Amino acid sequence: MKFFRDFRVLFARNVRGSLRNPVWLFIGMFQPVLYLLLFAPLLKGLGSVPGFPPGGAYTVFTPGLLVMLALFTTAFAGFGLVDHIRNGFVERILVTPASRFSILLAYLARDVAVLLLQSVIAVMLAVLLGLTVSLLWLLLTLGLMVLTGALMASCSYALALLLKQEDTLASVINTFATPLLLLSGITLPLTLAPKIIRALASANPFAYEVTASRALFLGNFGDSAIVVSAILLAGLAALAFLWAIRSFKRAAA
Amino acid sequence: MEGNMNLTTTGSADIISVHGLRKSFKGRRGKGRPQLVEAVRGIELAVAEGEVFGFLGPNGAGKSTTLRILSTLLPADAGQVSIAGFDVRTQPREVRKQIGYVSQAGGADPLATGRENLLLQARLYGMNKAAAGRRAGEIVESLGLGEFCDRFAKTYSGGQRRKLDIAIGMVHNPRILFLDEPTTGLDPVSRSQLWAQIRLLRKLGTTVFLTTHYMEEADALCERVAIMDHGQIVAQGTPTELKGGIHGDILSLTVNHVENAPEIALNVLRELDIVREVKSEGGSLRLVVSRGGEALPVVLRLLEGRGIGGADIALSRPSLDDVFLRATGHSLRDEEAVIAAGPARSTETGSAPAPHGAKE
Repeated sequence: MKFFRDFRVLFARNVRGSLRNPVWLFIGMFQPVLYLLLFAPLLKGLGSVPGFPPGGAYTVFTPGLLVMLALFTTAFAGFGLVDHIRNGFVERILVTPASRFSILLAYLARDVAVLLLQSVIAVMLAVLLGLTVSLLWLLLTLGLMVLTGALMASCSYALALLLKQEDTLASVINTFATPLLLLSGITLPLTLAPKIIRALASANPFAYEVTASRALFLGNFGDSAIVVSAILLAGLAALAFLWAIRSFKRAAA
Repeated sequence: MEGNMNLTTTGSADIISVHGLRKSFKGRRGKGRPQLVEAVRGIELAVAEGEVFGFLGPNGAGKSTTLRILSTLLPADAGQVSIAGFDVRTQPREVRKQIGYVSQAGGADPLATGRENLLLQARLYGMNKAAAGRRAGEIVESLGLGEFCDRFAKTYSGGQRRKLDIAIGMVHNPRILFLDEPTTGLDPVSRSQLWAQIRLLRKLGTTVFLTTHYMEEADALCERVAIMDHGQIVAQGTPTELKGGIHGDILSLTVNHVENAPEIALNVLRELDIVREVKSEGGSLRLVVSRGGEALPVVLRLLEGRGIGGADIALSRPSLDDVFLRATGHSLRDEEAVIAAGPARSTETGSAPAPHGAKE
């Protein structure tokens, strides 16, 4: 089918582009690895603090780290697109009969693939440092990461098509992503937070995701945060996708 | 393939027809409040199949905007555009199958080789792997991309890049090829190679629609030219017709620095029957005279009689620049000079072609 062929051809091109410039893959990994090596060990002494969730330091921290990866690396996906707008590549693709749907999906699929690769590397490193997690729960957690990546990358593309400039794009992304990150309990659990911060965090879908991922890492499949965050993220990802595809359709302006 | 559903009212031979086309942008000039910039203000044109048609005009005239509307990349505010019998607004996908488009920025993927770029484009136009490979080979051969087509595009020189851009635009053998400023910034050798390529396309029956701000290019390449300024077509016709409309020769000279020399010269020259038009800018005069050979000595004698000496005297056939000057009141060359000096960039295309980044 035409859609699949367009998608395959464009996805192959995007993956090839990433492989030829792997430095970005590693730049994206640099911060999470630093956190894993230099921050997670600090949590080891907190196990007995009231409110600290059960499980070891890595069981608490690695899920948060994965969410951080998913939030931040894909949030900057739009940078590559700004580059492609500027060098005319986007127009060159848009002027072909290729389906606009396949164009966007080929970008997103590449971003999610890169994110999964980064997540697997991060988890392997955490396992080396002492994390234990069952494969099934890990896979479910990665499922949440896929939704997060698709959501953030879609928003990033829609913003890139709107702003068309790296510097404004960077400040808009940071403005939104930093509070989302701080209010999600990624570094320290929100159970330690004062009431007002917890109230604010309850409006943050990524806070549910962090809680859900921690529950999955512990094998607590009954935790309601898992279903809540999956539904929230899927819904938001779908909305963001619609936003991005609309932006692509009126892109060239 | 043939657009048999020719629903429009224009002649059946027209592969492109445009009626009442308008487009405005919300633009900002400097720090001022956003205001509506009318980029295209009521364009009418028709291009016959197989023609090489040129838009000539300064940067910011609305050429690129029009081209992007014609190639489905930008919705118009008003007007009708029919491409090969299909409406750009309601049948964009059909239009896309008929056309190739090469933007000013080009669009080559810097992190891919020339050949990979061609293969990608061929595949997006529906060719299977084998057919795409064959076609890429063909086009590498015919455009002479052989020596560099297997290197990454980010290593190309300007001329090589532009050749690849155009190869990408024509890899699917489009019926109509849109070229936005195809030779801007190229050295003379690359430019003449591209001209040869465009002439070859013409021979193969492809309709070529290009924009340029070089009048020599419009003159040398295009069978018909529309001169555009401030979003409107101010003159349209074959280069010969357009230049013929000036009736006469162009005599240009610089007068010496005697006080009021240009004013005096202007006044005396206006009295001459043989002089049809005189314009003065600074110390230089530009005359349209009915018979250049006879006019030259008459003009010089007359000026000498008033104590005015002339230098840099040149007699020439009218150029498209003279047509432009007459239609708009300003010279295309002046515009070029202003643009080269680099004040506010035109907001016409939104993003300027930038150095070829290689970020992924």
